[in-house]
Amino acid sequence: MESILLGVFEQGMIYSIMAMGIFITYAILDFPDMTTDGSFPLGGAVTVALMTSGITGIAVFGLVIPSYIVALPLAFIVGAAAGVLTGVIHVKFKVRDLISGIIMMTALFTINLRVAGSANVPIFSRDNMFMNPLVSSVFTGNGKKYSTLLIIFFVVLICKLILDAYLRTRSGLLLRAVGDNPQFVTTLARDKGNVKILGLAIANGLIALSGSLMAQWQRVFDLQQGTGTMVIGLASVIVGMSLTKGFSFIRATTAVILGSIIYRGCIAIAIRFGMSANDLKLITAALLFVILVLSREKKKKVAHHA
Amino acid sequence: MLELYGIQKYYNPGTVNEMCMFSDFNLVIPEKQFISIIGSNGSGKTSLLNIICGSIPIDEGKILLDGVNISKWEEFQRHRKIGRVFQNPALGSCPHLTILENMSLADNKGKAYNLRYGTNRKRLQDYRELLFQLRIGLEDKLDVKVGNLSGGQRQALSILMSTMTPIEFLILDEHTAALDPNTAETIMQLTDRIIKEKQITAIMVTHNLRYAVEYGNRLLMMHQGHIIIDKSGAEKEAVTVESLVGKFSEISIELGN
Repeated sequence: MESILLGVFEQGMIYSIMAMGIFITYAILDFPDMTTDGSFPLGGAVTVALMTSGITGIAVFGLVIPSYIVALPLAFIVGAAAGVLTGVIHVKFKVRDLISGIIMMTALFTINLRVAGSANVPIFSRDNMFMNPLVSSVFTGNGKKYSTLLIIFFVVLICKLILDAYLRTRSGLLLRAVGDNPQFVTTLARDKGNVKILGLAIANGLIALSGSLMAQWQRVFDLQQGTGTMVIGLASVIVGMSLTKGFSFIRATTAVILGSIIYRGCIAIAIRFGMSANDLKLITAALLFVILVLSREKKKKVAHHA
Repeated sequence: MLELYGIQKYYNPGTVNEMCMFSDFNLVIPEKQFISIIGSNGSGKTSLLNIICGSIPIDEGKILLDGVNISKWEEFQRHRKIGRVFQNPALGSCPHLTILENMSLADNKGKAYNLRYGTNRKRLQDYRELLFQLRIGLEDKLDVKVGNLSGGQRQALSILMSTMTPIEFLILDEHTAALDPNTAETIMQLTDRIIKEKQITAIMVTHNLRYAVEYGNRLLMMHQGHIIIDKSGAEKEAVTVESLVGKFSEISIELGN
């Protein structure tokens, strides 16, 4: 029972970083970003490519940073690049938002395969974020069980705090404005397209970072892993935001993290009641549907004209 | 100074619905002029504003702002010098952001939207004073989301925000049309005060003939893409609502209505 609960929290929190990305595209930008299904495994692909490349670390100011840590910012950058491409396809080439994401997602399928080398790359024997000399020296005895959870918690906390801080900067305010009222951004003499591209970059960076953590946690890269990521993220965002609606002091990012953990909990319960892993996608779809109908949150949208 | 020369604009070119909005349209607006534009529906008032702002492209002609040809500029580029208030109060602010956040964004127009803290606490007192001048009790509501305000409050805020940074041109697109008569009156007086205080050049499209007569120092009446009345200075002072109503019915008879 305890190990199931640990798994729920661990997976829920890893996926919550991805859900923060979905929060940016879905809740802030109002952009149905299908890139997610490609950028999540992209983070994993980059990670296993780096870890199997033989490079064990990179020296920064005389300090050797192990490759499993370098993988995280690297995944963010590569994911952000994918987001920029989706944005450029949409903004500069005027392709519909949904289609732009689908184009990128499809292209990434091949790219992920090329980057990772094959559709299934195990990294069992290698050091990773959760199993390395430092972790085994710090956590001994009873604490060992919780080391993984603590590390994930730490990474999620950093992502959350940085994202919260960013959303309160001038650039962050402009990002929130573009989803709320694009015309307002234009009257501020800013190119709303570029702001959208920036938002997609940050979102897909976070999604790929989450994918990198997931590959390290599972100790294997699986090309198929990305399918359905966006729906999981959507479910987490909607669950989190609906459940915390009455509590104005809960920040949206916190709500998203809670949503992601609750989503994992629901999945774990479903499996415990005898549903097989093959039924997961159906459970997710049903869950998303039920939550959407229950919450019925009609987004206030500004009429686009003039 | 804003100059429009030889503007040509066709809607739906090459189709059966092809319609010529403007052909060889010319207009010169000197600095510090406050123009009100009236005209029946489809006369080209809003099209003219959209052409100036760059929301719709022109087929031919050029638009000069202080001698610089801006006809190829994107809409957002033109807004470096132009402020705009829309008929729909919702278009002038962000509903999910607070008044403070909206004002901070507007205050930063023309500067970089970088990683510095979004709301500047040092400016808080200035914002309060600006809001106090609106006299609608917004000065205590800086942390309220704009979506919770009434249409009139949002429109007042829109006008305030559109003129927070130095602009050369203010475009008012039927900005009192969606408000109740009382609020419309307040907003109109506020607009006039801000334009006079800041000495901005302004173009106001309105369906309210009384506003067109009472406010501004030049009056244009448009009909089928042409200017049929253009009065400024003393001539404008002499214009009455009755004379305008007369002109409107003349046009209607012409069209066979």
